[in-house]
Amino acid sequence: MAYQIIQSQCSVCGACEFECPNGAIKMKGDTYIIDAAKCTECEDQGSPQCASVCPVDGTCVPA
Amino acid sequence: MSQVISLDSIAKAPESAETMRQDLAKGGCTSSSCGSSDGPADMPAEIWEKIKDHPCYSEEAHHYFARMHVAVAPACNIQCNYCNRKYDCANESRPGVVSERLTPEQAARKVIAVANEVPQLSVLGIAGPGDSLYDWKKTFETFELVETQLPDIKFCISTNGLALPDHVEEIARHNIDHVTITINMVDPEIGAKIYPWIFFDKRRIHGVEAARILHERQMQGLEMLTERGILVKVNSVMIPGINDEHLKVVNAEVKKRGAFLHNIMPLISAPEHGTHFGLTGQRGPTAAELKALQDDLADGANLMRHCRQCRADAVGLLGEDRGQEFTLDKIGEAVAYDPEKRRLYREVVEAERADHQKARAAAEDALAHAVDTGADAAPMLVAVTTKGGGRLNQHFGHATEFQVYEVDCDGVRFVGHRRADNYCLGGFGEDDRLETIIGALDGVTAVLTAKIGDCPRERLEEAGIVVSDAYAYEYIESSIGAYYTASVGSVDAGRASA
Ligand code: SF4
Ligand code: SF4
Repeated sequence: MAYQIIQSQCSVCGACEFECPNGAIKMKGDTYIIDAAKCTECEDQGSPQCASVCPVDGTCVPA
Repeated sequence: MSQVISLDSIAKAPESAETMRQDLAKGGCTSSSCGSSDGPADMPAEIWEKIKDHPCYSEEAHHYFARMHVAVAPACNIQCNYCNRKYDCANESRPGVVSERLTPEQAARKVIAVANEVPQLSVLGIAGPGDSLYDWKKTFETFELVETQLPDIKFCISTNGLALPDHVEEIARHNIDHVTITINMVDPEIGAKIYPWIFFDKRRIHGVEAARILHERQMQGLEMLTERGILVKVNSVMIPGINDEHLKVVNAEVKKRGAFLHNIMPLISAPEHGTHFGLTGQRGPTAAELKALQDDLADGANLMRHCRQCRADAVGLLGEDRGQEFTLDKIGEAVAYDPEKRRLYREVVEAERADHQKARAAAEDALAHAVDTGADAAPMLVAVTTKGGGRLNQHFGHATEFQVYEVDCDGVRFVGHRRADNYCLGGFGEDDRLETIIGALDGVTAVLTAKIGDCPRERLEEAGIVVSDAYAYEYIESSIGAYYTASVGSVDAGRASA
């Protein structure tokens, strides 16, 4: 189980990378991607941090 | 960026003190008298000392010094209804454009390349897109890289304030003496109409609670900064029907907490920006509404009237943008800093500033004299076109904005600039442009310019606006003073002969 970033929507602001507690989000090429192996869906955070901070709704979504 | 004025006079960096002097006479900055309308006379000395070379704050400095913004911290921790995150922050920079995003190393390289070419550079700012203090590591890393090479440059940052209390110590350590906080409300009920949510304490918070937290953090951060002697400017976006009246309360609150300038910016809103306000048809204020509010606040925090909402990656003197000359692909891999040109420029400027001061004082004198001769006319609004250096040195046809001054027997006062470029308009035809200009000049009696064609002159005169190029290349204030004295004189003469 992991989150993913819908690249066509992403504004490449990097807020998700800044917040991800597991270092699962990295810049790759021109956009950010989530490493599914590292993503825990923020089980212990209350809410997925990337989706909560992302300014473009529907961009950080469950894969 | 087709609307950007190309400034031939500083397109190439001046080489010698003599060419620098000539360039200053020709232009090199876009406006004469803006910024804090307070000169050295009525501003505390310690504040003047901090802002006197700062083009965004000092009414007088920004004809001579340039600022530069780099976009290194694009992430944000709040959502504003005037913002579409696919573009730059519409009110911290210009709407509908995307800034070049840079890593701190790239940004430092760019700053040095610019400092070599633009000796006027005195300020480096980190503003939108994004919040400079949310993604704070990138902001401070950029400052560290730049300050080792350019120790004389001033730094400033803009923030929405949410993360501010956490970073005040770091700000003080970096010798950042100016911080801009965007404060649009002090009442969370009003805030809820402007901010749909914030991200704070690891969660997304909505509505009035979000606005209350933001408000508390903004006030706390403002107080912490002023307690440490760091200058704080407050920006407010004027949103008609939402916070326009309320900004008077905001003004009182921020002044009480020590803000040294309160800058009211108009909401810029259009459906094509894709912002919440753009899509819901929320309009921005008219020039008259904006001026009325600024006039009401004139006794509050000192207002900065010349803010042009420059782009986040803007480079240049206020009102011009040479950013496109310094995009990353145009900068070499390694740039070495050459301080000589900057030192020379500063010397030249010292002399030119003193000269300009004298011309202004003479203009005030002449106007005071007009009182003695019995002229007792109502204040008049006069618009000018300028490329800077405090002179009437721009052709009417090249003007994308006008500086508007109010003149009466008490003197010449800058009241604001009116934009007349095409960037928010559909039409690009010349006729549309003149109509835009005539609309923008609403309430203005006369336009003083370096040169104007017959056709636009006639159109303006049909609209009741007098145009004169009799003062071409002279200093702005003395020209307006002379024009006013002459026109008041002719009114009197008219009365006498009637
Ligand atoms: S859900 Fe949490 S762990 Fe997964 S990418 Fe988003 S922030 Fe990182
Ligand atoms: S927060 Fe959203 S918009 Fe910003 S980089 Fe991450 S996915 Fe893209």
